[in-house]
Amino acid sequence: MTALSRRRLLGMAGAGAALVGAGAAGGVAVDRAAASPGGSTAPTTAAGLDAAVEFYGAHQAGIVTPAQDRMFFVALDVRTDDRAELVDLLQRWTRAAARMSAGLEAEIGGAVGGVPEAPPKDTGEALGLPASALTVTIGFGGTLFDDRFGLGTLRPAQLADLPRFPADELDAARSGGDIGIQACANDPQVAVHAVRNLIRMGFGTVSVRWSQLGFGRTSSTTRAQDTPRNLFGFKDGTNNVKAEEDGELAAHVWVQPDDGPEWMLDGSYLVARRIRMHIEPWDRTSLAEQDAIMGRAKGSGAPLGAVDEFEQVDLDALDDAGAPLIPVDAHIRFANPETHGGAKMLRRGYNFTDGTDGLGHLDAGLFFICFVRDAHTQFVPVQRLLSSRDPMMEYVEHTGSALFACPPGVSAGGYWGQALFEA
Amino acid sequence: MNTTARRLLALGFAAPLFALAGCGGDGDSTDAAADTASEPITVTASDDACEVAVSEAAAGTIAFDVTNQGTKVTEFYLYAEGDRIMGEAENIGPGLTREFFVEVKEAGTYETACKPGMVGDGIRSAFTVTGSAAGAASTDEKLAEATASYSRYVASQTDALVDRTQEFVDLVKAGDVEGAKSLFPIARTYWERIEPVAEIFGDLDPMIDGREEVIEEGLEFTGYHRLERDLWVDGLQPDSSAIADKLMTDVNEVVRLAGETELNPLQLANGAKALLDEVAVGKITGEEDRYSHTDLWDFRANVDGSQAAIASLRPVLEERDPDLVALLDERFEELDVLLEAHRVGDGFALYTDLSADEIAELARAVDAVSEPVSQVAGAVAAQA
Repeated sequence: MTALSRRRLLGMAGAGAALVGAGAAGGVAVDRAAASPGGSTAPTTAAGLDAAVEFYGAHQAGIVTPAQDRMFFVALDVRTDDRAELVDLLQRWTRAAARMSAGLEAEIGGAVGGVPEAPPKDTGEALGLPASALTVTIGFGGTLFDDRFGLGTLRPAQLADLPRFPADELDAARSGGDIGIQACANDPQVAVHAVRNLIRMGFGTVSVRWSQLGFGRTSSTTRAQDTPRNLFGFKDGTNNVKAEEDGELAAHVWVQPDDGPEWMLDGSYLVARRIRMHIEPWDRTSLAEQDAIMGRAKGSGAPLGAVDEFEQVDLDALDDAGAPLIPVDAHIRFANPETHGGAKMLRRGYNFTDGTDGLGHLDAGLFFICFVRDAHTQFVPVQRLLSSRDPMMEYVEHTGSALFACPPGVSAGGYWGQALFEA
Repeated sequence: MNTTARRLLALGFAAPLFALAGCGGDGDSTDAAADTASEPITVTASDDACEVAVSEAAAGTIAFDVTNQGTKVTEFYLYAEGDRIMGEAENIGPGLTREFFVEVKEAGTYETACKPGMVGDGIRSAFTVTGSAAGAASTDEKLAEATASYSRYVASQTDALVDRTQEFVDLVKAGDVEGAKSLFPIARTYWERIEPVAEIFGDLDPMIDGREEVIEEGLEFTGYHRLERDLWVDGLQPDSSAIADKLMTDVNEVVRLAGETELNPLQLANGAKALLDEVAVGKITGEEDRYSHTDLWDFRANVDGSQAAIASLRPVLEERDPDLVALLDERFEELDVLLEAHRVGDGFALYTDLSADEIAELARAVDAVSEPVSQVAGAVAAQA
């Protein structure tokens, strides 16, 4: 029983840390060791880095949730053509994801509480760790709506394949998938643990197509968060849609009643792009040129000619000589909502490194994620323009791509995709 | 990976969970049974037929007299549901007759099968057992029968292992490289089916089946894989004959030890898992038979062995967790279909002829079956 008592000790340490993080206001982390199996008493707000984020709700967690520091993303192919088997897995996954989000082990019995002769039901690497703001978000890819499960008529028009963009170097082994699962947490061990346990529950029903670990967030999804930097060293997504902006969320992120199909109401579409950054040549580029390519100052993040990061971008501003302050081919010009009839997206990407390219360089970049009401009107036009005109394209290469329909949130007793499978 | 398998099995030995002392005689019931068996049922096997003279018998000891009139080596099986082996005669050469006895306690529908060329599902016929030798089996009896049934399997495999390895060794010593090459994957089949049993005897396993890079410092590279390298890459060496003799000696020793050992039900379950682990880490990567690329033969044999161990436990599992049994059947079937798609004649495609997609597909099917197989030990151990 030594293992158990060590677990308890670690658990108490975790809870203590949560209190420190949360301050006097509370927000006690529900701990994997201390919490009773089955019961969820997760606080609804993420008060500290260790705290739990509510799993249940009208929308899935992990979209407007304050962007956590780490991410593990997996895309899966469904191996069965038995609809009941898939629904059963979604039900078991939902229960496990709710438990893990609350800081509990994946299943009752867990890592050390089961039959000694049987393999543990939880893989155990998150024992003693707090909930760490874990969110687990699921999405369905277009291929799930083929003839295997009779879902063809329910395929949203918005889930049409993304077009091929100029300069795409997509690797099929890093693209697509029937199901995508995004796990975000402030501790990478917690995020990986969540995905690993879901994969394990799914062996035989699903298999891993690709996965991506993101080590640092590149977006802020609330006003309280600072804008983080991508691997080019620039603040990224300054003009992101923020959680506090209800009207903006309805306009740009959440599927509305007239958008159809009905099962996607309150859901959102997730675009994932694995963007390899050629950081070595970028790092040999002068500061002035980096600023000019981006259209922002590297230090402050402010648009060129402005002082404050959040200052309104004035694309028409001229310098004393009458030349545009923001170069005519600057990145922010092409990415600016004004250029696209006000189209915005909620960005939630992560920096990554995946070893080397075998040529003495890091295989590093940005795992771009955005949530939108319709990728074809909000993401595609922007990417089309960027991929053909943006001078930054010289330093990046899109190597993976996926589009997933993330269904609405789950209420207690429900399961991911219930409205789809019971439509 | 071999170490893990050995440790798992050793664990079962150190702390046996089941009181099976009273049932020790079941494994070697064949001789005793001969006295009470009724008239033997004649089976005439050929390359494309399997004629069983009588398709019904009373519960108790049933005798079969199998004659192989074909040109290929054959096998004869009596299966219960789920291909649980009630009895089998392995390695019956052309022109030979083999008599053997099967103890069947419960009435029901069984299947006979001949496997000319020792491949595939065989030529099958229904076989009915009437009456009942005893009342419905208790859980303890089912557990004891699991052990006994698996012991019968091991015994039949070890007999064939000795015969085929002797033939292989003789060919090597005679300098018949092509003959030895064609027998290499076949002789190994019997080894790979029961490898978890062999692995219990830790020192012998690396001497018989060690790979070049995993041989510990100070140990000589011997066994099947050393001869594989000689046959496929280096050509026969001055010491090839000595290596072949040593292989035979080691195989005989492991078979002798295996005959003295009876695995308990938990070890059967862990053995079934260990065999699939072997596939997952050794065969699917093409590491095991890197000179001959005959990995799919070993793959097939590991899956056969895993399935045989699970089949022995089937009556217990039916009682404990019927859903698990259904899932195991489904997943083994899927793997079977994939694997058989790579069959070429009586053998298999070489590993190097498989595409990356085909290998990935096999790997996913192995994962799919490994997950429920890993649940078997817990289900067996969870005694009421």
